[in-house]
Amino acid sequence: MNFIDNPGKLRDFQKRGFEKHIKVEKVSRRSILKGLGVTGGFVLAAPVMTRQAFAYETGAGKMPHGVVVDPRVFVSVAPDGVVTIVGHRSEMGTGVRTSLPLIVAEEMEADWSRVKVQQAHGDEVKFGNQDTDGSRSTRHYLLPMRQIGASARTMLEQAAAKRWGVPATEVKAVNHEVVHSASDRKLGFGELAADAAKESVPAIEGLKLKDAKDFRYLTKGQIGIVDLHDITTGKARYGADVRLPGMKYAVIARPPVTGGKLVSFDPDAALKVPGVEKVMKVQGWPWPSKFQPLGGVAVIARNTGAAIKGRNALKLVWDDGANAKYDSVAFRKELEEASRKPGLVVRREGDADAALKGADKVIVGEYYIPHLAHVSMEPPVAVADVKGDKAEIWAPVQSPGGTRDDVAKTLGIPEGNVTVNVTLLGGGFGRKSKCDYALEAALLSKELGAPVKVQWTREDDIQNGFLHTVSAERIEAGLDKSGKVIAWRHRSVAPSIASTFAAGTVHQAPFEIGMGLADMPFEIANISCENPEAAAHTRIGWFRSVSNIPRAFAVQSMVGEIAQATGRDQKDMLLELIGSPRIVEPNVKDLWNYGEPQDSYPIDTARLRKVVELVAEKGEWGRKVPKGHGLGIAVHRSFVSYIATIVEVAVDDKGKLTVPRVDTAIDCGTYVNPERIASQIEGAAIMGLSLAKYGEISFRDGKVQQKNFDDFQVVRIDESPVVTNVYIVPPASDTPPSGVGEPGVPPFAPALMNAIFAATGKRIRSLPIGKQLEA
Amino acid sequence: MIKVKINGQEQSWDGDPDLPLLWFLRDEAGLTGTKFGCGQALCGSCTVIVDKEAVRSCITSINDVAGREVTTIEGLHPNGDHPVQKAWRQVNVPQCGFCQAGQIMQAAALLMENPKPSHDQIREAMSGNICRCGCYQRIENAVHLASTGV
Repeated sequence: MNFIDNPGKLRDFQKRGFEKHIKVEKVSRRSILKGLGVTGGFVLAAPVMTRQAFAYETGAGKMPHGVVVDPRVFVSVAPDGVVTIVGHRSEMGTGVRTSLPLIVAEEMEADWSRVKVQQAHGDEVKFGNQDTDGSRSTRHYLLPMRQIGASARTMLEQAAAKRWGVPATEVKAVNHEVVHSASDRKLGFGELAADAAKESVPAIEGLKLKDAKDFRYLTKGQIGIVDLHDITTGKARYGADVRLPGMKYAVIARPPVTGGKLVSFDPDAALKVPGVEKVMKVQGWPWPSKFQPLGGVAVIARNTGAAIKGRNALKLVWDDGANAKYDSVAFRKELEEASRKPGLVVRREGDADAALKGADKVIVGEYYIPHLAHVSMEPPVAVADVKGDKAEIWAPVQSPGGTRDDVAKTLGIPEGNVTVNVTLLGGGFGRKSKCDYALEAALLSKELGAPVKVQWTREDDIQNGFLHTVSAERIEAGLDKSGKVIAWRHRSVAPSIASTFAAGTVHQAPFEIGMGLADMPFEIANISCENPEAAAHTRIGWFRSVSNIPRAFAVQSMVGEIAQATGRDQKDMLLELIGSPRIVEPNVKDLWNYGEPQDSYPIDTARLRKVVELVAEKGEWGRKVPKGHGLGIAVHRSFVSYIATIVEVAVDDKGKLTVPRVDTAIDCGTYVNPERIASQIEGAAIMGLSLAKYGEISFRDGKVQQKNFDDFQVVRIDESPVVTNVYIVPPASDTPPSGVGEPGVPPFAPALMNAIFAATGKRIRSLPIGKQLEA
Repeated sequence: MIKVKINGQEQSWDGDPDLPLLWFLRDEAGLTGTKFGCGQALCGSCTVIVDKEAVRSCITSINDVAGREVTTIEGLHPNGDHPVQKAWRQVNVPQCGFCQAGQIMQAAALLMENPKPSHDQIREAMSGNICRCGCYQRIENAVHLASTGV
């Protein structure tokens, strides 16, 4: 979920420079001590690593500010032995705040019960890239974190060896101590911290990483998340929980139509609400303007309840602007018509037109997937304290570095004067990659001269967000006499996320084209993937798994349709289409591969087949199910991981749908914490079911028609799958890690549709299901 | 002046009597464990226990709880070792964690009323609490575990 194939739009690549991706920044020890908040402790002092010795290449180095492999930045050891490890990615429920520090602790031989995790503030010069999106954290940081831990461990060992006057080869770090077994001597990490800090840092090339068989934590899944106790006792601190002395509470009335502007407002009634202190205009930016605030009117109060009540009393007049006629019913027709005509060809192999003309049978599927809202349980919220030319932010942000840049630009102050404190995120799903709410807080605090918390209500979140795109997908599959698929034409029509950055955008960006359209892995001789034009009429943004949702829905539903038309078993049809085990190299110039090099992360159909076969075996594909039940299967590669899902659905005679069982197999390469992988996949099934059953944001007269969880429903516990089983493919020893947070979502909806067909004979091509089964 | 007992402590309020209890707890009393998720009693993130009943504090005014006893997540157990809290940790329920205070309070209220709920009863009683991360399978298992002894 990043824009890195579209440089200059999301982040200023010219300024940052590709070459700068490996940090050679000099960081003074004092600043580290300050940064870590360690008093009387020692930081392991080491020259900054200037090179990385990757066993495999990832795209980490190409991210803004790249990777910092420096134990001084990430690790400190206090005299009492407490090891502090910095977590520099944002925690929104994936477990990353535990997983990355756990990797360091593993390699360092630290005892996890004596480790403290400290959340990094937004500073990519110091910590490297912090964009927590694109399912990248473990993928990009498994090896760097191991190297950081191994460096720290080696320095502690060297310090102990010197103290004892023995060769370093004779000592070994074991569980928070360094031992010299020949003389039966031991020194705790705390006792060695001061000396270790004076040791030179070993070259990365010479570092000895632990053998996987010696892992105590990695791959075991027995460590709970670091925030577990705080979460269960109400102590965990999210964005909304930040309280500063003298802080004001604000809610904002924003333009109801994207690109609309305030004409006038009457604050009198709002000002009469008890607790309301002030009503003020908020600066807005013309659409599109990346993540800049929409503007509007803020109500400032002594508590949030008063601010909301005050806002309800505002009298507002808006000029709705250019998108005042945006209407989802009409727009759907427009998208579908475009999908029936040729569009920009983004992949061509063979001659699909001729093959379709000559085919014995052509199966056509037209699929529609509406806008979606993220509705993280914590609506957007931010606290800002701006004093003179300095700004401090506390916020749940997925992009702390980007937030820092944007606050600096918005206030016209140097980046170094902005501190971004990253709280826990009450869910993110891509919404919190856009920091507009932090910018609003900064603007208000500057004007008020006081700390301000801007709280979005659920209605704000649904009506003024950055929505998942709306999409028409049309697939034509041509079959020869034997039923073999010989032609495949897929037209995908959807407003692009790039439209939020640049006016006039009508085509998908390369990263969207690479998400399930042009990277389609089937072994078919004649392929045409096309992208007809579509303009945006609202703010489009990343949503967990992004374009993979509509593409997997279309492609994997079509597999079911072909199976249905030819009387084949869904799973057999799927394996036949995937074809032989091979590396797929689509005829696409610079195919987006989630920012990863093809060498490390090819499209590998052996792995794709493997997850299908594994889930079929474990999920008992083909088992007898009761009447009214059906099984459906789907597979999808996204975020360079491979995931297959089987859904068992039950549809009663009134069309009520339940999901007795879900089975999912994931191959995410080398992994850290199988317990958190399972939780992500369990959650992805719920999100997949939510978007399939209910997910629709629609527009009329330019305005979002939904307001809250009553008309934008998500799945509740009483309709959630009875059981979700997760199977993780054991990686070959050299398989690089790949994504986990997002890839579970795309295969769910098509597997469900295939299951519904098996149960009822009804093929649902338009999401959400809504009342379609009731007819 | 409205008086209310929150987690055993007497608190008073002389502002707007219609102020939702949620905002009194969070912004005035500093008890931020109770979360804002929807403001319309649709998601359950703001669930607290009033006397012995789970209520949505976002639509309950401070006036409605005058003279009553409110328990929030902070007051559920002095060490955070209520059986529901312990079960939550044992099952590793949370992902982002934001809805969990509301879920835990709802579950605690359920077990006060029905110490041995069936799985169907758990699903029914917990259906007012949304978890967008989708921790439902674990929530169900944790409530069951809490009811059978942690």
